[in-house]
Amino acid sequence: MGSFLDSINLAFLIASAVKIVFFAFMVILPMVAYSVYLERRISAIIQDRVGPNRTGIPLTLLGFKKDSHIFGIGGLVQPLADGLKFLLKEDFTPAHVNKFYYWLAPAIVMVPALLTAAVIPFGSELDLSWLTKIGVDGAWLHKPIKLVIADLNVGPLFTFAIASLGVYGIVLAGWSSNSKYSFLGGVRSSSQMISYEIALGLSIVPVLMIFGDLNLSKITEYQDANGWLLFPAWGKGAPWENGWHFGRWALLVPVFISFIIFTVSMFAETNRAPFDLPECETELVAGYHTEYSSMKFALFFMGEYAAMIIGSGLAVTLFLGGWSIPFAPWLGLDYKAGATPAWLGLAHIACFLAKVVCFIVFFIWVRWTLPRFRYDLLMKLGWLVFFELALANVILTAALLMYFKI
Amino acid sequence: MPAPLFYFFSLLMLIFGALVVICRNPVASALSLVVSFVGLAALFISLDAYFIGTIQILVYAGAVMVLFLFIIMLLDIRAEAGRKPNMLAVVGGIALAVIFLVQLGSVLSKNEMGNKTVADVPINYQTAAQVQKLDTIKADLQNSTLPDAKLVGQTLFNRYPFQIQLIGCLLLVGTVGVVLLSKREVN
Repeated sequence: MGSFLDSINLAFLIASAVKIVFFAFMVILPMVAYSVYLERRISAIIQDRVGPNRTGIPLTLLGFKKDSHIFGIGGLVQPLADGLKFLLKEDFTPAHVNKFYYWLAPAIVMVPALLTAAVIPFGSELDLSWLTKIGVDGAWLHKPIKLVIADLNVGPLFTFAIASLGVYGIVLAGWSSNSKYSFLGGVRSSSQMISYEIALGLSIVPVLMIFGDLNLSKITEYQDANGWLLFPAWGKGAPWENGWHFGRWALLVPVFISFIIFTVSMFAETNRAPFDLPECETELVAGYHTEYSSMKFALFFMGEYAAMIIGSGLAVTLFLGGWSIPFAPWLGLDYKAGATPAWLGLAHIACFLAKVVCFIVFFIWVRWTLPRFRYDLLMKLGWLVFFELALANVILTAALLMYFKI
Repeated sequence: MPAPLFYFFSLLMLIFGALVVICRNPVASALSLVVSFVGLAALFISLDAYFIGTIQILVYAGAVMVLFLFIIMLLDIRAEAGRKPNMLAVVGGIALAVIFLVQLGSVLSKNEMGNKTVADVPINYQTAAQVQKLDTIKADLQNSTLPDAKLVGQTLFNRYPFQIQLIGCLLLVGTVGVVLLSKREVN
């Protein structure tokens, strides 16, 4: 046992724990809450309504009008009130359900959604050596901390693998509820997710061929130095810095196809409109979570939004340069391994989060713009269009890579 | 990986593997198999085989077992739930398992490799990098990281190209067969 305790790298463990708490609990969970708020406000703007604009601190004025607030401008504390409502509502378990699986299902939806965050690089690296100036000292301070929880060599594959476990939660919820609507919703959702997983996996093959790497932090570092995949305007991506070599710009064609397939499949994977057939109100009441109430329902809800945030994070990392600041080498804001100042590390985190928020707004915008698909059209789109297109795209990328000798 | 984690995941795998057989409810059996697969993936990862471990989850736990569960739920199989276990099959199964265990024990007791740990035989990255021909793998090895996904791909396509083609043909035949069987007659 002694040798086991010696083998543990304490600094690494503490750094990992801090990163997990920061990214999963202090970034993603509040983002989940506020993307629900954002969804309601943006849908209100799109439909020419007002939306939730009144919740502020104090939460109640006993019937007096709350037109002016000191805190909580424009209903910013709405997520807090929603959370409180979910916690205080009655947690009703219908008598006809299969109790064990009924309780298990919401957790199986939520946990994989948060686990996939482990491989997403949310910043370059953080230099903590300035802490020595204020009296803290230790060997661990002098090595900058990489801002990714697990720097795996199989990044995107890990995300897909863990995300595919989330299907079990939905299947179990639909089955254990013992109700027709739930069951149909669960069956629809799982067949949809299995179908689009294939298109999703194949759509990033060209991207991985171009980078020649599966490590998400290395992919982001490469984009920081050589131009984003969808925006190659500096470094090796720009023809004017690279002897007028247009190879990377020719690759924009397959990359753009990849990006479209990836984004649309991501909508289907997260059960978001226009692909929200599993919870299609007009046919299925609320789909697989019809029989759920209170916090268990909230877990499904949060799982959907967490999956959406992680999906946006993955899309941003693969196609839009992750934490990289646009035109970084020209501005002198690029990442230098081991020598990035602390303020630049923080700026990289802010840049990543800003890109993710933009992507989430795009998700929401699409939901309130497009009508829902018909189910057979959805399956046809996945199997007959995206699957073949993704396969052809792989061959096109290979041909272009060979022709331009990249 | 520290030894306690190895024992934890091995136990997890074995217990849920046993539950696959013991459980009378088909859904419970299928889910136990999923947990068992996840434990197996963790063991692969403990051997630095991240790629195989991830593929284990992606293919078996994430795709194959979902389809199994799907079929169990759609057909609503309940015949197994009330049936008593066949005593002859149980005794035979246990006897086979015991014979296998004895054989495994007799082989392992003579094998000296069990006394070595991974720390005793470190990977010589620089030597491996010198003989490596592909640039990306070479760069990874020089940084003392194991590019396992790339190495798997290189081995498969350089050493076993014929076998890969053969498996591709077999899968194609299977796909064509499935399409033919599931296609409805129009007239």
